Amino acid sequence: MKGKSIKQSRFTVQSGMMLILFIVMAVITLTPFVSIFLASLRPGKEIMRQGLGLNLDTSVMSFNNYSYLFSGETPYFTWFKNSIIITAVQTVLTLFVSAFVGYGFAMYDFKFKNLLFMCVLIIMMVPMEIIMLPLFQLIIKLGLIDSIWGVILPFVAGPLPIFFFRQYLSGIPKDFLDAARVDGCSEYGIFARIVLPLMKPAFAAMGIFVGMNSWNSFLWPMIVLNSKEKLTLPIGLNALITPYGNNYDVLIAGAVFSVVPIVILFILFQKYFIAGMTAGGVKG
Amino acid sequence: MKLKRWIKSLPYSRKIAPYVFISPFIIVFLLFFVYPVISTVIMSFQKVVPGQTTFVGFDNFKNLLNGDFLRAVTNSVIYTVITIAVLIPVPLIFAVLLNSKKMIAKNFFRAVFFLPALVSIVVAGFTFRLIFGEMPTALLNSIISNFGIEPIKWLGGPAPWTTFFALLMLCCWRWMGVNIMYYLSGLQGISNELYESASIDGAGPLQKLRYITIPLLKPVTIYILTISIYGGMAMFLESFMLFNGNRSPGGAGLTIVGYLYRLGWEQANIGYGSAIGLTLLVITLGVNAVMLKYAGLFKKGE
Repeated sequence: MKGKSIKQSRFTVQSGMMLILFIVMAVITLTPFVSIFLASLRPGKEIMRQGLGLNLDTSVMSFNNYSYLFSGETPYFTWFKNSIIITAVQTVLTLFVSAFVGYGFAMYDFKFKNLLFMCVLIIMMVPMEIIMLPLFQLIIKLGLIDSIWGVILPFVAGPLPIFFFRQYLSGIPKDFLDAARVDGCSEYGIFARIVLPLMKPAFAAMGIFVGMNSWNSFLWPMIVLNSKEKLTLPIGLNALITPYGNNYDVLIAGAVFSVVPIVILFILFQKYFIAGMTAGGVKG
Repeated sequence: MKLKRWIKSLPYSRKIAPYVFISPFIIVFLLFFVYPVISTVIMSFQKVVPGQTTFVGFDNFKNLLNGDFLRAVTNSVIYTVITIAVLIPVPLIFAVLLNSKKMIAKNFFRAVFFLPALVSIVVAGFTFRLIFGEMPTALLNSIISNFGIEPIKWLGGPAPWTTFFALLMLCCWRWMGVNIMYYLSGLQGISNELYESASIDGAGPLQKLRYITIPLLKPVTIYILTISIYGGMAMFLESFMLFNGNRSPGGAGLTIVGYLYRLGWEQANIGYGSAIGLTLLVITLGVNAVMLKYAGLFKKGE
């Protein structure tokens, strides 16, 4: 009896300490979110002067920055709309093309298959920044500069989605497809009518991965897009960061507001977010 | 007539169909990857001025041996090493604790740790820039002032460690949760029976960690190591956002890609920029090849 009670009290001390550790970690993780949200309620000039803190002085707090943001006097919602369009087009196109390619790799045996698949892996290992300069020159030559196609097309056959879809599809028994062939289905009919519907969970995970990367993508769109009315949210927000701090009201409220839709989606579809993002990796 | 029908039916043949399926990849690969890589190699031996390109041999590479480039390489390497030193052991421990039966509110903590990964580098970088501000009222300085420490100029201050600390915090904040998830999914693949039989043999929690958990998580660790090297050596935007541009005082935040960006874009010295790109390409492919060979990832079955 005595032994058991000692063990039990150790159990609670241990889990209590673990809980404290996790709470500390959670507080550290959430602090930047809290501080930027608090800052969005205060005048931008003050943030510029004081930096981000956890100042809870309610006398200076208001929703003025948000009402200014929604007033339509700033280009913020043009950027927001552009980001939504690019994210939607890029996600749909990348998913479809990558699923098409992934199916080819998963379901058939053909000459140079392994060599070509090595190429997929190599793209995954080479940071895009390395080829940024010649890629940019190519985009100019192709006349895709300042167009969303210049942003999207170079990455439309994403190595990670191809890899992911190939893994996912190799679980499907090939006899199943032969049965459809016997019934007179063409190779593309099999893909469109039989395989695509089976891929819904994989699409959900990869859709979130591609969509997140696209929504947050900054460097390449900044290089390709240059007319003011075509900028996306991250580029627009970055342009607001000036040494004078005169735009900080819009910048901070806008930054908070750009995170909100993703956090809501995350809360609703947590499982797919984690599946999609952990299929990705450290790619900023 | 017959020929036309035959050509039309060609993509429907089972021999040709696989190539049709992978053709988008082949096109994208040749056009947007192979061609730019070849251009990088060619241009790195050229002096590229609009309308007039001259072959200059290894001059661009000789020019690389200057203080700025070495500074950039050193910074990228230090950043990569410290992020790996933190972002492998710490997430491993948190994942093991989160996976233990004694833990409560697992889903809540999982979600909280994951949240930063959803934020774009622009928003995250600028938030951290203000948290690490040099004013005494900025968050970090106001915290250390409670311990009687004078405000520090964190970003580009006199001591290099403060800059690296800010960069490391930003990187850890964003990727800690993702790495925890990688390890958690790895842990779910380890059967409970192993731990039970280890308990019967009298193994304590630390021994179980050392002899069961860590060895069985090796594939996950190798994957995280690979993407951390990739991300670390190519790091640019973190520094770009923290320093509000590519000009950090004394090159405190200058990285290899930052240097490429400065020369290739800001100074339009495309040949020189390509030489930097090629150098980075050789470094990343080399490191990856060594890693994969060592880890045996390319053995049968991938």
